[in-house]
Parts: sequence; C-alpha cells; structure tokens
Amino acid sequence: MKLKEIIEKLQLKVLTGQDKLQVEVTSGYTSDLLSDVIANSKQGNLWITLQIHQNIIAVAKLKDLAGIIIVNNREPDEETLQKAKEENVPLFSSEEMAFEISGKLYELISS
Amino acid sequence: MLRPFKADLHIHTCLSPCTELDMSPKKILTSAKKKEIDILGICDHNSTENSLALMNAAKNMNIKIFPGMEVTSQEEVHVLALFDNIENTLKLQEFVYKNLPGKNDEEAFGMQVIVNEKEEVLGFNNKLLIGATTIPLNEVIQLIHSLDGITIASHIDRESFSIIGQLGFIPENLELDALEISPNITFEEAKKRFEYNYPITCSSDAHYPDDIGKSYTTFLLKNGTVAEIKKALKNEEGRKLIH
Repeated sequence: MKLKEIIEKLQLKVLTGQDKLQVEVTSGYTSDLLSDVIANSKQGNLWITLQIHQNIIAVAKLKDLAGIIIVNNREPDEETLQKAKEENVPLFSSEEMAFEISGKLYELISS
Repeated sequence: MLRPFKADLHIHTCLSPCTELDMSPKKILTSAKKKEIDILGICDHNSTENSLALMNAAKNMNIKIFPGMEVTSQEEVHVLALFDNIENTLKLQEFVYKNLPGKNDEEAFGMQVIVNEKEEVLGFNNKLLIGATTIPLNEVIQLIHSLDGITIASHIDRESFSIIGQLGFIPENLELDALEISPNITFEEAKKRFEYNYPITCSSDAHYPDDIGKSYTTFLLKNGTVAEIKKALKNEEGRKLIH
C-alpha cells in the first residue's frame, strides 16, 4: 500500500516529504528505542514512535524507512523538522496514540 | 603537585527509589573508605536532596563528595550532572522539579528517603523521581554547563536509559564532557566498541554499599574538584585520566 493512501485513511498530518507519498509501505514498526529500530526495522517500514529527537531522521534514512509517524500530538523539535526536510524523510503526526495507530495500520496493510 | 585520585562519579543513595535504606551516608562512606575511593559523585535520580548529608558526613574523612544528580531527559536518556558546590546543584534541582511530572508510588517504585549526616530520616520525597523530565537532552546539557557543572552520559553500554539505547547513536553537536561505562564492560572493551571522540569514565552506578568502587576512574589532578576533573577530561595542564 502506498503512503498516500495510508495518510488519508489514518488522517495523518504531513509535516515533510510531500513529494514521496508514492512510496510503497512494506509494513509497520512501533518502537521508541532507536537502537531497537536500527536493529530490527526493515526497509519500507512505516515507523510509529513518540520520540521527537532529531536522531529519528538519521535512523529512518539509515534503514530506508517509508516514513515516521509521531504519535500523541507531540511536536517535533525544530532541528528534527529541519533534518527531515534536508534528508527528505516523510514525517507525519497524529493525535492518536501508538496503540491505535499501530492497530489501524496493521489492519490496513493486512487486509 | 599532581597526584592520582580514585573517583567513583556515579553512586545512588537511599533517596533513589531503586535503592534500600542501607545506602545511607555512613555505610556509603565506610564502603568508599574500604575501597580507597578519593572522590564520590552523588547521583540520585532527578534529585540532589541527599548530597548535602554526604558532604557533611565526609568532612573529616578525606573523601571528596561531588553533589550531583542523574537527570532523565525527555528522551529518557540518563545524564550525570556533577558540581563543585551545592548551590548550583540546587539550582539544577529546582529546574528539574519544575519539569518532572508525577508522584511517587512507594509500593511500585520504592521509598525515597531524605536523610541528614547523622542518618536521621528527615522525610520522604514524593515526586516521581524514577520518571522522565520534559527537558530535551541538549537543554539538560546546556543548563548543567551554565551552572559550571560537568555532564557525563550514563552507562552507554546498557540498552535501558542510555543515550545510545534511546537515541541509537550519540547525536552530533552535543557538548557532553564524557561517556560513562558500567561495570559490565571493561575500559579496553569499551574503547573498541564505542568509536566516539569523547573521554570514557568508569563508575559503579552503585545501588548497594558493597558495589561502591566496583568500577572507578583514576584521574591525575591537583585536588579533588569538578573544575580539575573538567581539565583532566580535556587533557589540560597535565591533568588527565589514567584509568
């Protein structure tokens, strides 16, 4: 499923990466430990987290993730937004919590 | 004259919910004396309320106490803050308290006992000291430096609450003074595993009296102050780490 469709269905706010919404999402990965995401996420995963530190962009880039959904309406740091623009990493935000977003994404992708 | 100082810069007291009452000033100092430790850093979670008791209790013991704190940043990264005087440590504590939500639950997390140098219980801290502050990591570091303290990233070899565990790697442009490794790993192993351009310190992170000095760092200093440690970490004026 393409990012664009997921964004519409999950009603995500697009913060960066407008031009990358045709990317195919392979699956989701939910974690707030960046070391764990480096170790276990897979290429094309859409990452769900509440971490807003700028390192999330480097991790998404490193693992070639489809994008990052920041949950609980948390606002990313200015440096994080800047980095996301520079690296062209799609960054989204949602007011829902990780449990809800993960559940909905799972349903979308497996259906 | 420069001489070696054995420093264990990271120990907890009975104020931390994860310790028992036997982490009292006298027991801490007795154990430190036995291990021939010259400098102790008092780093309870998000609080420094027992630092003064240790400073007073150590007065005639030839052990230097650095008041300090192990701050939990918004990212849930643990960072040590160490100071030369209690006043600046209290300023950090004031800011940390303002940004530390929640109340402690003794059943779930343990008691947070405030004591004096005579080991009398003065009270119980009711904040959620085990929790995280809402202060971003870079602001924690800036704040500590603005108060003339040093900042050391805690137990970077551990997954939980370490800068590498939480953030995957150490972000650029952070002005940490050093990286700490836990007793679970040797200095030689750490040098191979962590290729960062920061000095590495070893400390015990002791939660029990016997663990004090289990791991420590030897510094070549003129006297036991944070200002001297700062020079040693930068290799200035002959001050250095000799491990």
